[in-house]
Amino acid sequence: MKISFNINGQPQSVDIEDPNTPLLWVVRDLLDLKGTKFGCGKAACGACTLHVDGEAVRSCSYAVKFAEGKEVVTIEGLGNRENPHPVQQAWIEYVVPQCGYCQPGFIMATAALLAKNPSPTDEDIDNNIVNVCRCATYTRMRKAIHRAAALGQE
Amino acid sequence: MKKIRLLYIIPVVLFASMLLATDFDYENHSAKSTETTNMKAASTNNDNFDKMMSALTHPRCINCHPSDNKPKQGMEEHPHYFGVARGEDDHGFAATNCNTCHQEENNDFSGVPGAPHWGLAPASMNWEGLSKTEIATSMMDKSRNGGKSPNEILKHLTEDPLVLWAWEPGINAAGIPREKPPISKEDYIAAVKGWFAEGAVIPGE
Ligand code: FES
Ligand code: FES
Repeated sequence: MKISFNINGQPQSVDIEDPNTPLLWVVRDLLDLKGTKFGCGKAACGACTLHVDGEAVRSCSYAVKFAEGKEVVTIEGLGNRENPHPVQQAWIEYVVPQCGYCQPGFIMATAALLAKNPSPTDEDIDNNIVNVCRCATYTRMRKAIHRAAALGQE
Repeated sequence: MKKIRLLYIIPVVLFASMLLATDFDYENHSAKSTETTNMKAASTNNDNFDKMMSALTHPRCINCHPSDNKPKQGMEEHPHYFGVARGEDDHGFAATNCNTCHQEENNDFSGVPGAPHWGLAPASMNWEGLSKTEIATSMMDKSRNGGKSPNEILKHLTEDPLVLWAWEPGINAAGIPREKPPISKEDYIAAVKGWFAEGAVIPGE
């Protein structure tokens, strides 16, 4: 089955036998975008978070067929070295990552939060950023989220 | 003469009181008869009511009708993982909402359940901890059911894919099928239709 969508601003079509294949597998294995991580595979950790039509989605639990005609953004499309997204910029400033494995998911979840709520409170962060970091970088992340909010409003 | 007049008056008074009594009886009888009909209906309807409620009180339904704004999960009805809560629109928080993980159908890869418009029932429809009678009363109460008429409630109960998802709850992350309500979907729909057809009588506690 052919499924077409935009990914990181580029049109893309994939021919896939099972349209229920998780979007995460398609992104990583077929499109070779390895920034989005596989953590748990059961929508529990958030490592696979990307954006579909601007919404944070856990792509291990998102059948690729639902992406038909939609706008998908992965960590690779959020920003780049020359022009980082405010969340990436804040992450660099606060040296947030430790092992780094969970970080793309957190960054994508945070970017989705700031798009809806440009200056989140600690409570908003607690409610919305519920990914898992085995290295427990949560304290630095909270600071970086507030910093990203400030950068976004500059 | 006075006696004769009195004799006239007696039947008139009697007749009037008979009429009055008839009126009274009519009222009483009518009330009694409605009551009797209701009781009769209730007794025949209890079967349908009980069948319907056996599904509506099952965790598959109650888990999304919480009384504390926190969806529940599993047969033991534990609070939804990750601190998920109702949010402003019954669909979670701004950036982490139901559709972050739940899509329009069950996902057998992740074990995450899904159905169209996955989300919580409105707060006015909190059923957790209520008796069958209280649940039915709230379900039929327009001030709590989102202004729905009995027909709209009937349609919601028998056609809404999110309600009927309870009979296709999919598998969990370990591949184990989720438990379904104790009666089949067909029996449930027949019971709901039967209950409405018989007047949607809510039995007392
Ligand atoms: S890999 Fe998707 S949530 Fe963990
Ligand atoms: S930085 Fe290691 S898991 Fe988050």
